Amino acid sequence: MLINALLQALREIRRNLMRSMLTAIGIVIGIASVIAMVNIGKGASQSITQSISKLGSTTLYITPGQQRGPGNQSAVSIPFKLKDVAVLKDSLFALRAISAVEGSTMTALYQDQNYQTSVKGVDNDYFIAQNLEFKSGREFTKNELRTGLGSCIIGQTVLDKLFLDGESPIGKKIRVEKFSCEVIGVLSPKGANTFGMDQDDIILVPLKMFLRRISGNDNIHLIMASVKENIPLEEATLQIQQLIRERRHLKPDEEDNFSVRSMSALLDTIGKITSMLTTMLGAVAAISLVVGGIGIMNIMLVSVTERTREIGIRMAIGAMPQDILIQFLIEAVVLSGLGGIIGVILGISITYLVSVTMDIALIIDPSITVIALVFSMLIGIVFGIIPARKASNMNPIDALRYE
Amino acid sequence: MIELQNVSKVYGMEEASSTVLKNINLTINKGEFVAIMGPSGSGKSTLLNILGTLDVPTSGTYTFADTSISALSKEQRSLFRRYVLGFIFQGFNLLKKTSALENVEMPLVYLGIKSKERKQRAYDALISVGLEGRTEYEPSQLSGGQQQRVAIARAMVSRPKVLIADEPTGNLDTKRSHEIMQIIKGFNAEGITVIMVTHEDEVAAYASRVIHVRDGMIEREISYAH
Repeated sequence: MLINALLQALREIRRNLMRSMLTAIGIVIGIASVIAMVNIGKGASQSITQSISKLGSTTLYITPGQQRGPGNQSAVSIPFKLKDVAVLKDSLFALRAISAVEGSTMTALYQDQNYQTSVKGVDNDYFIAQNLEFKSGREFTKNELRTGLGSCIIGQTVLDKLFLDGESPIGKKIRVEKFSCEVIGVLSPKGANTFGMDQDDIILVPLKMFLRRISGNDNIHLIMASVKENIPLEEATLQIQQLIRERRHLKPDEEDNFSVRSMSALLDTIGKITSMLTTMLGAVAAISLVVGGIGIMNIMLVSVTERTREIGIRMAIGAMPQDILIQFLIEAVVLSGLGGIIGVILGISITYLVSVTMDIALIIDPSITVIALVFSMLIGIVFGIIPARKASNMNPIDALRYE
Repeated sequence: MIELQNVSKVYGMEEASSTVLKNINLTINKGEFVAIMGPSGSGKSTLLNILGTLDVPTSGTYTFADTSISALSKEQRSLFRRYVLGFIFQGFNLLKKTSALENVEMPLVYLGIKSKERKQRAYDALISVGLEGRTEYEPSQLSGGQQQRVAIARAMVSRPKVLIADEPTGNLDTKRSHEIMQIIKGFNAEGITVIMVTHEDEVAAYASRVIHVRDGMIEREISYAH
């Protein structure tokens, strides 16, 4: 009986192919957008996660002050000193690399070219913590780091802006506002990071030189610490926190006046935001499904009225009210289910196109596909029940006489 | 086999009501061929619809082979029609854009008969009404007489005990009418009870008994020995 009703439904849909297709379009669009939204959302989230882990998911960022949400920085924000960095470096076995980072935006000059870029004072450990590699040249020597001699390492973007004719920059002197330095190395290009910042738009100088020539003191506002692979980030974070609290003589009831954050914490936040966005977009798409369902109900009501005589004939021949109910219900479910299948195909195609054009990881979530299909059929049941009941409640005599 | 006792049918409520059938008492025996005649508005169609369980009497009892039909639910009446009755209508009432074979198959679908046997039985039924080579035609491709033959095949394919025919020749010319009546008469000869409404004397002449209805009452009955 069910198979017959299914075949009957397919025949009926084929009979009114144009109308059926237009009716199902609502469901097609709804399902396609749900699938595309969720899959693209997941793909984007995975891409972000991957590029952040490339930044170094084992790197901890130690900053003075405690961030408690926007505009709520704690009153006491005491910068770190060089001595703090040295103690951390000497005492903590858990760290693979540790480097203070001080930075400023400055204009660099070479011959008649000038270019505004980010100048950072760092130690050699910075290259380890940030996974930086050299395209040419070398890192700083111990002597350069200690004395703060005028040497610098430049990124690809700076190279392109200052050295126009493709000459090798190694050994050339560039001027960075108050000081001049000799280029000793060029970093391998890393491209833009997750947040769209050009990571090659940079000049690195020895930390000591930066502090002496630019800061004028040894206040440090960021320490990057790379944790050894086999040590949990939480463990290292705790050790750092204890050490700094000790050095700052904080009483047990006092809160930290510094913070230690990892990229994985940032990952969590980003994960939460993307999943929230995905859910919201999915919900908007789900609303379009409801609209599609109403379209199905509308056309099924028209169909029931048009086929009143058929319903009368079927009842005269011996169809029970529930037979008529099932027939029209299945027709609605098949209509919305077919819409669902086309929607899934369309949704996956959109996901594929977007992932290719926007360079996002291609993720086709099987669970959302199944959910969407089941949901599309549920829509058929929910919105098909009223027309089907209308059909099954007809009086055979009145239905037969209907013109 | 069929017995109506004091059957009345009233449409509408109280003052606006109109009585269509008044205290009808009627017995139809197995194998009879009964024609119900009467002017329009006499209540003959209502009587046929009540006999066909498409309509229910306001009062009185309908008994079929010792079963009280008046006590049946809507669903049970459907099953009664499915297993016991076959219907032919004046306007043929075939499903549009559906082949003759599929039209005839329909009652068998509700009887739960499997596709292969269904097709065979529907095909045989169409052959028995003389529609070889027309089984895949849709109603719009068939003449009125052919359409009514499909309808007869549909009514008979479920092997009913009673054939209910509502002006089966009303839309047909004399020649076609006689062809259709010959077919119906043939089924009656096989033992199937036929109850038919008609207003044509020529058609009624095929019946073994003619019941004249006027103003909701049985005016007179004439039996013919054939």
